[in-house]
Amino acid sequence: MKRALRVLFCIFPLAIGVMAQTTLNGAGASFPYPIYSKWFSEYHNQHSDIQVNYQSVGSGAGIRQVQAGTVDFGASDGPMTDEQIASSKVKVLHVPTVLGAVVPAYNIPGVSGEVKFTPDVLSGIFLGKITNWNDGAIAKANPDIKFPNQNITVVHRSDGSGTSYIWTDYLSKVSSDWANTAGKSTSVKWPVGVGGKGNEGVAGMIRSLPGSVGYIELIYALQNKIPYGSVKNKSGTFVKASLESTTAAAQGVKMPADFRVSITDSPGKTAYPIASFTWLLIPTSPSDKNKGNLLKNLVLWCLDSGEGMASNLSYAPLPKEVADKAKDAVKQQVK
Amino acid sequence: MPESPNPKSPADPAEPAQKPVTAIPTLAQAATRPKVVVSKSILERIRQTRPRSSRIPDKVFALLILLTGISVFMIVVFVAWELVDKSKLSLHQFGFSFFWGRDWDPVNDQYGALPFIYGTLVSSLLALLIAVPLSIGVAVFVTEMCPIRLRPIISFLVELLAAIPSVIYGLWGIFVLAPLVREYLGPFLAKTLGWTGLFSGPIYGIGMLAAGIIMSIMVIPIISSITREVLTAVPQSQREAVLALGATRWEMIRMGVLRNARIGIVGGVILGLGRALGETMAVTMVIGNRAEISKSLFAPGYTMASVIANEFTEATGDLYLSALVEIGLALFLVTLIVNALARLLVWSITGGRTGRANA
Repeated sequence: MKRALRVLFCIFPLAIGVMAQTTLNGAGASFPYPIYSKWFSEYHNQHSDIQVNYQSVGSGAGIRQVQAGTVDFGASDGPMTDEQIASSKVKVLHVPTVLGAVVPAYNIPGVSGEVKFTPDVLSGIFLGKITNWNDGAIAKANPDIKFPNQNITVVHRSDGSGTSYIWTDYLSKVSSDWANTAGKSTSVKWPVGVGGKGNEGVAGMIRSLPGSVGYIELIYALQNKIPYGSVKNKSGTFVKASLESTTAAAQGVKMPADFRVSITDSPGKTAYPIASFTWLLIPTSPSDKNKGNLLKNLVLWCLDSGEGMASNLSYAPLPKEVADKAKDAVKQQVK
Repeated sequence: MPESPNPKSPADPAEPAQKPVTAIPTLAQAATRPKVVVSKSILERIRQTRPRSSRIPDKVFALLILLTGISVFMIVVFVAWELVDKSKLSLHQFGFSFFWGRDWDPVNDQYGALPFIYGTLVSSLLALLIAVPLSIGVAVFVTEMCPIRLRPIISFLVELLAAIPSVIYGLWGIFVLAPLVREYLGPFLAKTLGWTGLFSGPIYGIGMLAAGIIMSIMVIPIISSITREVLTAVPQSQREAVLALGATRWEMIRMGVLRNARIGIVGGVILGLGRALGETMAVTMVIGNRAEISKSLFAPGYTMASVIANEFTEATGDLYLSALVEIGLALFLVTLIVNALARLLVWSITGGRTGRANA
C-alpha cells in the first residue's frame, strides 16, 4: 500500500506536466507524412509544451475530418473541389508546404538507357492505344535506343492516392481523350492495365513484369534507386524529375489567392511537368482560439525553418516567392 | 441447425410407446418414477447443504453467459444496421441494380458491384479447390500414417503457415509466385487446359489464379488443423472394427475415419471459406485490381474486400463513400448466403443427423 502511494506520488508531477501540454491533432495525406513528422517532432523539441499528432489516413479522410471538425487541421495531396468547399461548414485555407513529383518507371528487357516519354506516348500507353514497345511514336522520341518487340503492360495504383491524382491530372491536361474517358481523381476507371497497392506494389509489379510501365512517387524512386524516364515538358525539353526541376515547376505558374492550383504541365523551361503541391488545410476561424494561435505559429515555422529540412528527406521545397505568399496568407486569413 | 432435429429423433419413438402405457400406469410408474425421485432428492440435498447465498453467483454466472450469447447476435444486427444506414445514398441512387452493375467509375459517380462479387466468389472457390484436398491429405497423413516422431513437426509447420502475416504472403506473391505463374505454371496450364477457356489470354503472373493460390496457402492451416482434430476424435474402435472386417488401410481411412468425420471436415472447410472471402491484403497485392469480369483465370480481377481497402481512405464524394459501404453490405450478404448454402450442404449430406465426430 505504501509502495503504491509512493509510485502515485512520483507519477503525479509527470501527469501535471503532460496536462500542461497542448496537443494539436491533424490527419490527412500520407505522401508528406515523413516530412510532417520530422517537422512536428523538431517543433516539439523547440516548444516542449506543444505536441502535434498527425495521422496519415489519406487525403480524402483528411478532408472529411477537417470538415467535420474532428481534427485541428487536415492535409491533402489534391486541393478540395468547389463542391467540397461549398458543402463544408468549416472554412479552410490551403497552405502549400512542399512539392512532390510522379515519375514513369519501366521494365523493358534489353533496354538499360533512360527512356524519354512525350505526352502523346504516355497518354497513348495509358489509354491502351500504344500496346507494343516497338511502336513508332516511342522510337521517334528515343532515336538512340533499340526497343524489343514486347507487349506493354500498364501498372497503376490500385489504392486511391494523391499520386494517381497528379498522374491523371497531367494526362487530362495533355490528352483530351483521357480527360473525356477516365478523367482525374484519386482513383479512376483505368482503360488498361493492372493495379498494384502503394508505391511498393507498383514498383514490385514493374520489377517482376517484363514490358511493364507504371508511375511512382519521385521520393520512392530516389530512395529505392529505381531508374525512371524523363518527360517532355510544355516548352519542348525533356526533363528528368529531380528536386530542382520539381521546385521549378512551381515557379512558372500564376498563383491564385486560395493556393488551389494544379502545376502539372507547367510552362517553365526547366520544369518537370508531373508535379504538384501538397497542402495543409487550416481552419480560418477555429473554435478554440488558443489552439488556433498555436497552429498558426506552427505553420509559419514550417514555411520558414521547415522548408530547409525538406531536401534532406527528398522533398522539393517551395520556391521562395510561394513560401512568402503562403506566410502572408496565413498571417492575414487565420484568425 | 443440426441441434433442431436432434431432440425430435428420440422423442418420436417415445410418444407412441407412452400411449399404451396409460392403460397400465403402475408398471410405467414403477419403471420411470424412482429414477426421477432419486435425482430430485440428490439435488435437493445438495441445495440444503449449501448456504442460500451461494445460489447468487450461480444466477450471476447464468446471466453473464446469457449476455455473451446475446452479444454476438447484437453485434451482427448492429453491423448490418450500420451498413444499411451508411449506404442509404447509394441504395437510393442505384437500387438493386448496384449488385449487377458492371461499371465502377468514381470520376463519373457510376458504381456497380458485380465484378467485385464475381472476383470474391471465384478467387475463394479456387482457393478451396486447391486447399481442401491438400489439407485433408495433410490431416489424414498426420493422424493415420505419419511416424509418431514426425507428427508434431508437421503439425507445427502447418500451424506456422497460419501465423505468417498476410502482407508477407502478398509480397511473396508478387516477387516469387507471380513470376513462377508467368514463366512455368501459366504456359503449362494454357497448353494443357487452354481449350476450356479458363486459361487463355496474356499471362501477367498476377491475376485471379495467383490470388487463388495465395489464398489456398492461407486457408490450408485452418482446414487441416480442424480436420486433424476431428480425425483424432474418431474412436479407435471404429478403425479396429473396419480393419477386423477385412478392409485395407485405404478402405479403413475412407469408411472408418473420413465417413465418420465428414461433418467436422465440412465445418473446417466453411471456416476456411470465411477466411478466403474476407481476405484482403495478400489478395489485393496479387489479384491485379481490375474491376472486370473475365472468364480466364490469368486475367486480373478484383475482390470486395480489396476495393474497400484500396479506395476507402481516399474516397471523397458522398455517393462514392456510400457505394463503398454498400460493397461492404454486399460482402456481408454474400458471406451470409454462402454460409447458409454450406450449412444446407452439410444438412443434405447427413440427412439431419449429426455425425459421431462432430467435435
